[in-house]
Amino acid sequence: MTPQIALPILIPLLSGTLSLLFWRSRSMQRFIAVAGTAGLLLTGLWLLATVQRDGIQVMHMGSWTAPFGISLVADLLGAIMVVLTGIIGLAVALFSLATVGRGHEAYGYFPLMHLLLAGVAGAFLTGDIFNLYVWFEVMLVASFALLILGSEKAQMEGAIKYVTLNLVSSVTFLVAVGLLYGMVGTLNMADIARRLATLEDDGMVDVLAMMFMVAFGIKAAAFPLFFWLPASYHTPPVAVSALFAGLLTKVGVYALYRVFTLIFHHSPGYTHEILLWGAGLTMLSGVLGAAAQFEFRRILSFHIVSQIGYMILGLALFTPLAIIGGVFYIIHHIIVKTNLFLVSGIVHRLRGTYQLASLGGFYRSHPWLAVLFLIPALSLAGMPPLSGFFAKFIVIRAGIEAEAYGVTFIALLVGLLTLYSMIKIWAEVFWKAAPEEELEAVPAVEPRAMWLMSATVAGLALCTLFIGLNAGPIYALAEASAGQLLAPERYIEAVLGSGIEPGTAGEGTP
Amino acid sequence: MEPLIAVAIGILFAAAVYMMLRRSIVKLVIGLMLISNAANLLIFATAGMVRGAPPLVPEGLSAPVGPVADPLPQALVLTAIVIAFGVLSFAVVLVRRAWEIVGADDLDKMRDTDT
Repeated sequence: MTPQIALPILIPLLSGTLSLLFWRSRSMQRFIAVAGTAGLLLTGLWLLATVQRDGIQVMHMGSWTAPFGISLVADLLGAIMVVLTGIIGLAVALFSLATVGRGHEAYGYFPLMHLLLAGVAGAFLTGDIFNLYVWFEVMLVASFALLILGSEKAQMEGAIKYVTLNLVSSVTFLVAVGLLYGMVGTLNMADIARRLATLEDDGMVDVLAMMFMVAFGIKAAAFPLFFWLPASYHTPPVAVSALFAGLLTKVGVYALYRVFTLIFHHSPGYTHEILLWGAGLTMLSGVLGAAAQFEFRRILSFHIVSQIGYMILGLALFTPLAIIGGVFYIIHHIIVKTNLFLVSGIVHRLRGTYQLASLGGFYRSHPWLAVLFLIPALSLAGMPPLSGFFAKFIVIRAGIEAEAYGVTFIALLVGLLTLYSMIKIWAEVFWKAAPEEELEAVPAVEPRAMWLMSATVAGLALCTLFIGLNAGPIYALAEASAGQLLAPERYIEAVLGSGIEPGTAGEGTP
Repeated sequence: MEPLIAVAIGILFAAAVYMMLRRSIVKLVIGLMLISNAANLLIFATAGMVRGAPPLVPEGLSAPVGPVADPLPQALVLTAIVIAFGVLSFAVVLVRRAWEIVGADDLDKMRDTDT
């Protein structure tokens, strides 16, 4: 019995239910938020340690054997993602204590946050394609509600685009699942992978692969389907933005990694070539969009899009080194991006605006905040010795080795333009003198809230430094995870057991 | 039976896309409803259209006799209907709130967050 596979899903569900029971008690909800996310992080680490020691872990729900029941499967990539979910969940919960405020908390901010984390963890751990759809919906419904908490005009406008495009993506996903079931007659991902390998009808398989690519591409905000992201991510309270920025698009990227390494890896000349150009255009359009923006969170939103391109590039090159780079990039990006959003939250809390033109002088008034911004910002741009340097280095090295020079050139160029965007924020917010214009008076920040916000940001900055200075062990982890992704037969064997012939799986058992 | 259902699903998808491309947010929601129903019907059709053949195993045998309907897609459709119901009720409320707050039901007037 290995409870740690199910616990990362059960803990957020349970803490969400508990905080609903304590609807009126603000202090209790805040306590559960921190305790629940800390528990999620701890079980995530436990799971990762187990998977590293004993290989891929599988749990059959209700003891229904593999192709029939729903299986939870934790391989290294899934376990790493759960650990990152725990880190981001804990950081955002702590930051929320200081910034979210009574109004949002009274309308169920914390229960929704737990539900979102449960959906994200479920998507990372499920081994059943329809179950993946269900977790996506759990995550989406929670994110819809979080996105419009507060009911401001911009939130409504952003939410309509976010809801519509994500529903279209869900429908595409659902249709693809239905057609896939019609072809292979199973929903277990390992079983699908095994049976697709024996199918003759290549054309239909490619059509299905494209449907999954479109569905997950919308979730991951890949070119040309990313428009919902910069239209909505800068509208909700900053803690919500940070949570979305860190986790939601990465669920789409994770699903792409899972599906295009396990199920649709038979014709990489077709599917992965399309992914490759999608990745290049995603990087380029994201970073150019960011260059045109002068609002703190909108710049960061466009950079999510461009960074997604690097992760998909790792998958699209489909060499061992490229997959290692992609996994490393995901680890680095989730932490850095959330951290940058949290820094923008502190700036907003101190000055009451996100417009770069109205900000300034922070280097003089808050030098420590400037340092805390520089660490994730330079890491995002890929400066050594921070985590982003190694992530970019591996991906670009893989691109050169695979002789995909065009896309590699784009990746290098985008790194430079990312640096430009970060320098723009640095110059406008921190370096230039504070503008003369009178801003709306912002209520003074309590020292305790300030301490909590800074501690959260500093903690995530330490994570970035840790990844950068400890690149060796993290690289080894990414390498082991890429090894599992590129050997789908190990995943299939772990789920279905060895020695089952196609078509006779579990005859006579329930 | 299958070709008829396939054509019906195609018409539903076409109608849904047409509605979603219009500017009014109410029509947008109607489009979302149609498209989720089209998807449900499509999954239902993947089970195969078999009449009056429930997937029951007669006593004494270990497999059902003759072709039977696959029960799993029907279970999937039930799940998908429930999820779509929840999400669409949210969308309806969202559209109403958006209309109250923005004061328009025209998507072209909701471009503040775009550029």
